[in-house]
Amino acid sequence: MSNNRDDNILVRIRGLRFARGERMIFDGIDLDIERDKVTAIMGPSGTGKTTLLKLIGGQLRPLSGSIEFDGEAIHSMSSSRLYAVRRRMGMLFQSGALLTDISVFENVAYPLREHTRLSESLIQKLVLMKLEAVGLRGARDLMPSELSGGMARRVALARAIALDPDMIMYDEPFTGQDPISKGVLVRLIRRLNDAAHLSSIIVSHDVQETLEISDMIHIISHGQVVGSGTPEQVMASDSEWVRQFIHGEDDGPVPFHFPAADLQTDLIEGSASC
Amino acid sequence: MLNSLAALGRRGLNMIQSLGRASLLLLNILRGQACLLSRPSLVVRQLYSVGVLSFLIIVISGLFVGMVLGLQGYYILSRFNAEETLGVMVAASLVRELGPVVTALLFAGRAGSALTAEIGLMKATEQLSGLEMMAVNPVKRVLAPRFLAGFLSMPMLAALFSAVGVFGGSLVGVGLLGVDDGAFWAQMQANIDWNKDVMNGVIKSLVFGAVVTWIALFEGYDAIPTSEGVSRATTRTVVYSAFAVLELDFVLTALMFGET
Repeated sequence: MSNNRDDNILVRIRGLRFARGERMIFDGIDLDIERDKVTAIMGPSGTGKTTLLKLIGGQLRPLSGSIEFDGEAIHSMSSSRLYAVRRRMGMLFQSGALLTDISVFENVAYPLREHTRLSESLIQKLVLMKLEAVGLRGARDLMPSELSGGMARRVALARAIALDPDMIMYDEPFTGQDPISKGVLVRLIRRLNDAAHLSSIIVSHDVQETLEISDMIHIISHGQVVGSGTPEQVMASDSEWVRQFIHGEDDGPVPFHFPAADLQTDLIEGSASC
Repeated sequence: MLNSLAALGRRGLNMIQSLGRASLLLLNILRGQACLLSRPSLVVRQLYSVGVLSFLIIVISGLFVGMVLGLQGYYILSRFNAEETLGVMVAASLVRELGPVVTALLFAGRAGSALTAEIGLMKATEQLSGLEMMAVNPVKRVLAPRFLAGFLSMPMLAALFSAVGVFGGSLVGVGLLGVDDGAFWAQMQANIDWNKDVMNGVIKSLVFGAVVTWIALFEGYDAIPTSEGVSRATTRTVVYSAFAVLELDFVLTALMFGET
């Protein structure tokens, strides 16, 4: 199955180009995701971070370039092979994406029931262990509508690790979370990564939390990787793009103003047309 | 002028694209039917939500449609002293036309709109993407059982509608307006043909069930994943289903009864 098992790179992206309509999202990016590491993909809103996860998961097709998972090109796989490879990936969606008509327990049991022929008692033990890992064993009988945002993400995390994947992709895991939930998620992601020897990809624009747990950071803007390195290297970067993003400066390579005509001209023409 | 021509062309191209996407989805749904043999519980659950939950609206509507048919039929037939054929008129109207057509319209409003909203919201809340990333094909797991349930529910609901309608017609005709009880049922029994009337009605309702459920599932699956997108998709389901049912009814009626 694995062509490059000795290779330390789990996901290899080369020359990736992807567009939505006329707008180019990625214009020839190269990126590597290392095994057993927490890799963060950061960048301003709308730069295509979530799109990148969907490309890695094979939910979207690139215009050109290649994405390899463990040595296999994702976009030249047959549909059945792609589904088989996805069993080795977990994904935590921003909304949690829990199935709303079944309980917390059933949500976590879902991938086990779909892909294994384990006995009911074994499924029960596995689900309780996964829920224990995220601290929600006691919430097994709740429905998704009864969970807070942070709890929903933790249940989704338990579901994502149900099949013991090689890699987990986290889409904006900290967005909209209170400080306690953020702290819990930060520690959980790191602990799960190290304990289960996972490779994690975190897509986020929460600088503080992401710097705290990442081994490697790639910053994307305007369809290019504008900076890469360890958290220390990124913090010390002299790139204008990286500095603006990390320090939250309101103007720079990413302009504060959306492109528009001169203000004075706009005001005069605007009043004339009224 | 050129702009409106371009807009018309764009709209035409979009419609053809949508039809192409809908046809591909139907093909995938039909392919997914084989998997349901090993998971009948998925279909049973949908039969409940699509079929059983539509029971009340079908029974009440069928009863009142039958009562109105009894009333109107009596006033017309009594002018020709033919009120004893009221049973035939009510039953033929129901099993041939009103049963399948009105049931399909009600089904589109009750179950079709619910299916679109459910699938559209599953898309908007990333549940369908979540299934894909859990290596579960959402077309096979979510859409295929709903399609089969819609296809199977429609003829049963249409039969129920017709049966309750005939009862409503007899309630008004026999119970209220004094048509002879024996004549009402005997004329019906003698003149309603099993193949020509009943089975053609069943064929119509099977076709309507498939088409309405297909439209509902496609609109949900293809909806823009926002609250406005889902709301528009739900409206489109009801409108397109109504058009499709009425147009198909004309075509099927012409094919089934055109030579007689």
